[in-house]
Parts: sequence; structure tokens; C-alpha cells
Amino acid sequence: MTSKFLKVTIERGADAKNAQQVFDVPAHESQTVLDVVSWVQQFADPTLSYRFACRVGMCGSCAMMVNGVPRWTCRTHISKVLDGNSVTIGPLRNLPIIKDLVVDMDPFFDKWVAAEGMHHGGLTRDDPVALVDETSAARIEANAGIECINCSVCHAACDTVAGNPEYLGPAALQRAWTLLNDARDEGREAVLDAVSGKGGCHNCHSMGSCTAYCPSGLDPMSAIAGLKRETTKSFLERVR
Amino acid sequence: MLSLRLYLLQRITALLMAPLVLGHLAVIVYATQGGLSAAEILGRTHGSVPWLLFYGTFVFAVSIHAAIGVRAIVHEWAGLKGVVLEVVMWATGFGLFALGARAVWAVTFA
Repeated sequence: MTSKFLKVTIERGADAKNAQQVFDVPAHESQTVLDVVSWVQQFADPTLSYRFACRVGMCGSCAMMVNGVPRWTCRTHISKVLDGNSVTIGPLRNLPIIKDLVVDMDPFFDKWVAAEGMHHGGLTRDDPVALVDETSAARIEANAGIECINCSVCHAACDTVAGNPEYLGPAALQRAWTLLNDARDEGREAVLDAVSGKGGCHNCHSMGSCTAYCPSGLDPMSAIAGLKRETTKSFLERVR
Repeated sequence: MLSLRLYLLQRITALLMAPLVLGHLAVIVYATQGGLSAAEILGRTHGSVPWLLFYGTFVFAVSIHAAIGVRAIVHEWAGLKGVVLEVVMWATGFGLFALGARAVWAVTFA
């Protein structure tokens, strides 16, 4: 730390650039971005709204824009993102702002539903438990994407979402891809149709911001590429 | 905004164009390096069905490929949607095809 105090700019309000407030926050060792925001709320301005829950990178609640980059703030050390002695913290991009650092996550989760991102079961409680072969290629593909914490960092990072609000986005499409590769899921046709619509996987330009910024180290861009391959194959099979 | 069909059309036309672009570049290099005059070039292309097919396919693929690409750009960068977006896409496609087809016709059969 170069100084005992950090210059923290927080973007508040829908017109964020014009509603910036600057706070001097005491610097500490091993301080996270979320610690900094919490200090502001607890000691400087109790009206500051923000969202967090687990503080250990599991719940996906605390994502914010930090110096213009989407990050999970509870697992981001402030020392890694400081620009000199300053940092700018704003609400997540590509989602409606409710207040200060809190965004409305509804459009994000609505897209999960629109992408058929739910389990399509075919068994009943009377059937034996379905065995899953952990070594199969499809299961390995599914496992690569199932640790998503729904933080919306990829959705905020995606320039295609920014330009095309209908686009389902990386998280929802990755979820669809994991279901397509899940031996227990019987919604193959429904998923393929859902990701082939106007806002579907074919709008992705493979710019890769989702994969670059995913805090869990997942690779939604490759999952979307997989969906493009499967929808193409399925279309050609239907034509034949 | 981009459906599966538009996506496939753009990919298929890209596949078509890849060898045609290489052929076109080779023709440009050959014609300029070899010092062919306009009259000599026209003498070779005039009445030639292979050249008509080569550049005719090229123009056809370019018109589809570029129109879909322009559709994505004007939607994401200019916010066009609905009927306006469809009109811009079709106008781009037909416009490019008209310009290209006129040129191909001129060097092969006009």
C-alpha cells in the first residue's frame, strides 16, 4: 500500500457517470473490494446499497464493475486492482440498476428460463436412481460448466449482450450446454430449439470476454461453440 | 436477431468464398504481373462459362454473406430492428448482387 487511505469512487444512480461519490477508505492488508464497499456503507454513508451474502465466492451476489471490469468483489483483493491509489466501483453492466451498486438480476435469470436452463426429467420416484458415467465424454463436457455461481460477470462482460439485449448471454447458454450433455436430461429438442431462436447462441461473435472474466475459470465461449455445432448437426439431420 | 438459418447461410457462404477469394487474388496477381491489357482480359473472359460461374458464384455468396453481416452490425451498433432491420438486410443483399451481377455480365457476355 502506498498510502493509508484509498481514494474510492462509487458510481451511484442510473446515470452512473454523473452520480459519482468519492470516499477516503482506510487501507488494510488482505482487503477485498467488498471490504472497501462495506466500510463505506458502515462508516461513511449508510444509505449506500449493495449486495453480498457468502463472502467466499460461492453465492454469486457481489459482482460489480471494478475500474470498468466485472469482478466478484469478495474474492478480489483491492491491491490487485488499484490504479495508483484509486479505484472506481460501479453497478454491473448490461442489467437495469435498482439503486447504487444493486442491479435487477431478473433479466439475467429470465434468460436462463428462456434457454430451457432447467432439468427435464423423465424418471419418477419409483424408478431406480440413474447411473452417471463420470468418464464419458459428454459428462466431462457437462462437468466443465456446472460450477457456475450465477454471478452475471460474464453477462456484464459480454459486448454482444450490450448491443443486442435479446441475446440470451453466456451463462444461460452454458447452462443449456451442460443440460444437453447430461445423460439424465431428456429435454434435448426443447434445449436445441430454445438456443436457436432470435436471441440464441448463433448471435455470439466468439469475442471471449465471458471466458476471460469468469471468476470461476469456466469457459462459456466454448460451451456456446458446442451449442452452435449441435444445433447445426441437428438441423442438417432434420433436413436429411 | 440471428436465427439458425441466417447463421448457417453465413457460414456456408463463407466456406464457398474461401477458395473463391484465393482464386480471385491469384487472378489479380497473374493479370497485373503478366501485364495483361484490359482488352486481353476481356478477350479471355468474354463468352467464358467457367468465368461466369466462378465470379457469378462469388457475387452470389458475397451478397448473402455481407447482407447477414451488415444485419448484425446495424442491429448491435445502430439499434435497428423489426421491419427496418429486414429492409436494410435485403436491400444490402440485392444491392450487392445487382452491382456484382452487372459487372460479371459485362465481362463475360455483354
